[in-house]
Amino acid sequence: MRINSFFYTLRQGVRNLFRNKWFTLASIATISSCLFLFGLFYAIVTNFQNIVKSAQEGVAVSVLFEEGTSEARMQEIGEMILRRTEVSEVQFVSADQAWEEFKEDYLGDYADGFTENPLANSAHYDIYLSDVSMQSALVTYLESLENIRQVNRSELVATTLTGVNALVAYVSVGIIGILFAVSVFLISNTVMIGISVRKEEINIMKYIGATDFFVRSPFVIEGMMIGLVGAAIPLGIIYGVYNMVIDYVTTRFAVLATLLRFLTVEEVFNVLTPVSLGIGVGIGFLGSIVTVRKHLRV
Amino acid sequence: MAAKKRKRSTVSEKEIINLTNVCKAYSTGAPALKDVNLRINRGEFVFIVGDSGSGKSTLIKLLLRELTITSGSINVMGYDLSRIRHRKIPKFRRNLGVVFQDFRLLKDRNVYENVAFAQRIIQKSNKEIKKNVPSILAIVGLAGKYKAKPKQLSGGEQQRVALARALVNKPTVLLADEPTGNLDPKNSWEIMKLLEQINENGTTVIVVTHNREIVNAMQKRVVTLKKGVIVSDEEKGGYIDED
Repeated sequence: MRINSFFYTLRQGVRNLFRNKWFTLASIATISSCLFLFGLFYAIVTNFQNIVKSAQEGVAVSVLFEEGTSEARMQEIGEMILRRTEVSEVQFVSADQAWEEFKEDYLGDYADGFTENPLANSAHYDIYLSDVSMQSALVTYLESLENIRQVNRSELVATTLTGVNALVAYVSVGIIGILFAVSVFLISNTVMIGISVRKEEINIMKYIGATDFFVRSPFVIEGMMIGLVGAAIPLGIIYGVYNMVIDYVTTRFAVLATLLRFLTVEEVFNVLTPVSLGIGVGIGFLGSIVTVRKHLRV
Repeated sequence: MAAKKRKRSTVSEKEIINLTNVCKAYSTGAPALKDVNLRINRGEFVFIVGDSGSGKSTLIKLLLRELTITSGSINVMGYDLSRIRHRKIPKFRRNLGVVFQDFRLLKDRNVYENVAFAQRIIQKSNKEIKKNVPSILAIVGLAGKYKAKPKQLSGGEQQRVALARALVNKPTVLLADEPTGNLDPKNSWEIMKLLEQINENGTTVIVVTHNREIVNAMQKRVVTLKKGVIVSDEEKGGYIDED
């Protein structure tokens, strides 16, 4: 393609946006509404997943040792546990630390009467999981090890979080499916309008001897620009709204802020921005290709 | 290259269009063209006449390779149109100027851009476009209206723009499908004079028309179609009335 043909194509693509104002606006509105819903949903789901993940990270399995287990053996067991893929962190709590924590939590000044550590045999590991659904498998493994006296875990929390995780996954898939169906419906309608507007123009170009590439290029450029703008608008809106909502929730419901850590707008947009822009440009690209293709065989 | 030369050699140097036993049938209804044999030489001026449903439009569409034949063979400017590949069609059409009854101009572009568009397709440089477009607009008498949009022009002027667009790439063959169909007698004659002038400069001109007065007055070759069959082909012929 000659350089002047390239710039001509580019110019035509941009001009097409203004030539067919209503089609452009309708397409931008369609893509914007779909990507707005997508962005909103993404922001909610990622925050929810973050909250669940934080809760999972707080779930610990405690492993207590048999009386007389040597420190070397305890260390060896610790290393074996840490090698497990579902384990994210292993913390050793010595008998003295355990007694100190117990005193602090439950006895306060009443602990003065104790001259010896009543929890002398309570040295243990607190094990944190990266995947709470693997808790049972880990417990079975721990119980099979020698020198392990007791394994403490919270079955209810683990099952609840696993259930919540599964629910989030199902809801995500369901909503993405609905959003996809709505997007396809809206976009195909817009494309149909585009076809009727462009049919004659494409035919004329073909009769004069334009190649498919020459006919298609301005439409593709136009489509990609529509997609880009259609993606940028909801991103801007969600950016502003997200900050406002998080500010509102954390100031108005201070209790929530201490319990839950919401993702910052940057954390959400690190992924949302490229994904939305990619989807927007992709929809514009494919939409224009499909619109034009039907009329190229003239 | 060798294959292309072989393909083109099937038609003589003089002959620019060759239809042999061409049949065209649509999926529904009677065949539109039956056993059509037609040879047109380089530089000829030919009228194709006939009533509605006679197959004139089908013939034009076959020559444009908008439609494909059902049987027979069709060769235009050395291209075997029954075998031409889709990606070769644009190159074929660039040597074939075409003018329609309804002008088919790009409505959102001005006169200059409509004509320049044909040049942009064949990747002419801006310098050449700036030279060629005003020159062809002057020939069709629209030099002063290059900035006007199609809707600001009369029917005759729009047809001149279409003609300028068809001619700017210096086509070997010019197909005009009812070029005067939407024009008053004065404009019709002006368009026909332009077509005659173009023909005198060496371009093969094929005009499909209903206009009895023009056909009878111009004394050119006339091919008459009736129900998909060529019923008459006369040098310096006239419009044959339906019985």
